[in-house]
Amino acid sequence: MNCSPRYTYKDYIAFDRLPHLWCSGCGHGLILKSVALSLSDAQLPPDQVVIATGIGCSGRSGDYVTTHKFQGTHGRTLAFATGIKLSKPELTVVCIMGDGDCGAIGGNHLLHAARRDLDVVAIVSNNLNYGMTGGQFSPLTPENSITSTSRGGKQEKNMDICEIVRAAGATMVARTTVYHITQLRKMLHTALNTKGFTLIEVLTPCPTYYGRYNKLGAAADMMKWLRKKVIPLKQYNKLSAEEKREYYWRGTLVKNEVSASE
Amino acid sequence: MAQEGFIQGNEACARGAIAAGARFFAGYPISPASEIAEVCSELMPQVGGHYVQMEDEIASIAAVIGASLTGTKAFTATSGPGFSLMQENIGLAIMAEVPCVIINAQRFGLSTGVATKPAQGDVMQARWGTHGDHAVITLAPTTVQECFDLTVTAFNLAERFRSPVFLFTDAATAHLREKIIIKEPGELEIINRKPAYNAPEEPYVIDDKQVSILPNYGDSSILRVTGLVHDSRGFSSSDPEIATTLTRRLIAKIEDYQNELPQPVWYGTTRPQVLIISYGIVTRAARAAMERLIARGLEVGVMSLPTLWPFPQSEVARACSRARWVFVPEMNYGQIAREVRAASRATPVFGIYRTDTNILTPNDIIAEVKKVVGLK
Repeated sequence: MNCSPRYTYKDYIAFDRLPHLWCSGCGHGLILKSVALSLSDAQLPPDQVVIATGIGCSGRSGDYVTTHKFQGTHGRTLAFATGIKLSKPELTVVCIMGDGDCGAIGGNHLLHAARRDLDVVAIVSNNLNYGMTGGQFSPLTPENSITSTSRGGKQEKNMDICEIVRAAGATMVARTTVYHITQLRKMLHTALNTKGFTLIEVLTPCPTYYGRYNKLGAAADMMKWLRKKVIPLKQYNKLSAEEKREYYWRGTLVKNEVSASE
Repeated sequence: MAQEGFIQGNEACARGAIAAGARFFAGYPISPASEIAEVCSELMPQVGGHYVQMEDEIASIAAVIGASLTGTKAFTATSGPGFSLMQENIGLAIMAEVPCVIINAQRFGLSTGVATKPAQGDVMQARWGTHGDHAVITLAPTTVQECFDLTVTAFNLAERFRSPVFLFTDAATAHLREKIIIKEPGELEIINRKPAYNAPEEPYVIDDKQVSILPNYGDSSILRVTGLVHDSRGFSSSDPEIATTLTRRLIAKIEDYQNELPQPVWYGTTRPQVLIISYGIVTRAARAAMERLIARGLEVGVMSLPTLWPFPQSEVARACSRARWVFVPEMNYGQIAREVRAASRATPVFGIYRTDTNILTPNDIIAEVKKVVGLK
């Protein structure tokens, strides 16, 4: 019996809006396609989905989707999403935010969305810098990194957004990269089927600024860098404190609730 | 059935909002507006609505905007410091044509000022608080009854114009208790949002009054919202023609329809020699001063402005041209007097400013009028 699914990922992408404005080698398109794939995995009608974004490179994601779109002010995505979700709980709300968007200017809203356990999927597209404005460092930029506002290396400590959101009370917290694209799709699928605040941090290359300033090579080299730099959580946990400074973990840090619809 | 109540201005605002159909309140506690949040935290769940206490005022107005985009009438209430924090998102609401109501119970002073004392110092901030060219609607009640009535009007105007509407009270009106008539929703004129139907590839319809008819989140028509300059389908654009057409329409859709906003209210003669132009709580002092000055033989009239923005330029100009002296008493350093001076071609305009945390009194007005007209 042929029971082909009603929606494929193509039903969520506004192909007439392409090409997108992202640089070649940028991972934001991969994240958006993963969102589309996970929405089709969940067979959600596009008119029952709101993709909410902030400002910056990832903030343009809403221009390329067929779902409802919301692009607010810088950093406030989760606060807007609170009103949307409370007023119409039947909608699926996916928030796509950048590392500066969510970690710096929007940090307060992130804490409180996690504390309230707001039932949205929050994606932090972490390209390790402010791309749209020319490659300045963000709170999530690793220490000693060269950026356009840290020519001698970033002096401040890096912020672990996953640990912060776990402490604030999120239901699910996970991290992966656009190199580990099948893991990303699975995590998104789990998040879409989880009631409560779910955050997925996705490391993604910015060869135009972060990669160039830090001599990490072109797009493909940065993908290899992500593969090497980001290791499974279990493996990471076995490292010494000194070794941990050199790596990111990937995997699911917190998953507190059983799937709502499975 | 309409009910009588003996309630304070803040409660009248909250009850007016619910009577107008508001079903979502997001806010952050601040003096002297907190009672609006407190009343909503009790009443909203009773009418099937939501009360949410956000982490700050930026988040409060953001949640209000989000709720409104699902088709729910939504509002927040704050005072000066919170109103300052809201400015960026207010610009988004204007740009994206999001109906919502923001109540500002004005308190005294710059910065933290004096949190429990009244002022009218945020009037210009209402007009120009957010960046970029734009138009706004601002209403100012003079009594507790008007706190109720004008809050209902504010929601109606928000839906009619698809724009944020500001309701400006002050610490004195917010906490003043008066007898009022609380009408039931069935006894009030209520304007609801127009439903939208368009296919995703079609532009949004703009009605005959230059207002976009937009779908809500969850409708089969897709809603695309952005603070970026956007085309008629809601996609971002940097095209000069689209940018200028959008900006011009967002201003014209309000400023070309001023006749639909609450019009100036006259007390005394409408062709006075001594014209007092006032708004908010100061109208009460102006009316009392008028009675006493008439008793002294002067021809006095009070023109009270329920709508501050867009400023009723032509009505004020006409009134000024018929008067010999114009007085503008207000609890700031002349924010509306400046507008009156711009409107009055030949008649001199005298500001009467009280900025010491106290309410402006009839005596303040009488003293200045006597001095100017040479009455002993």
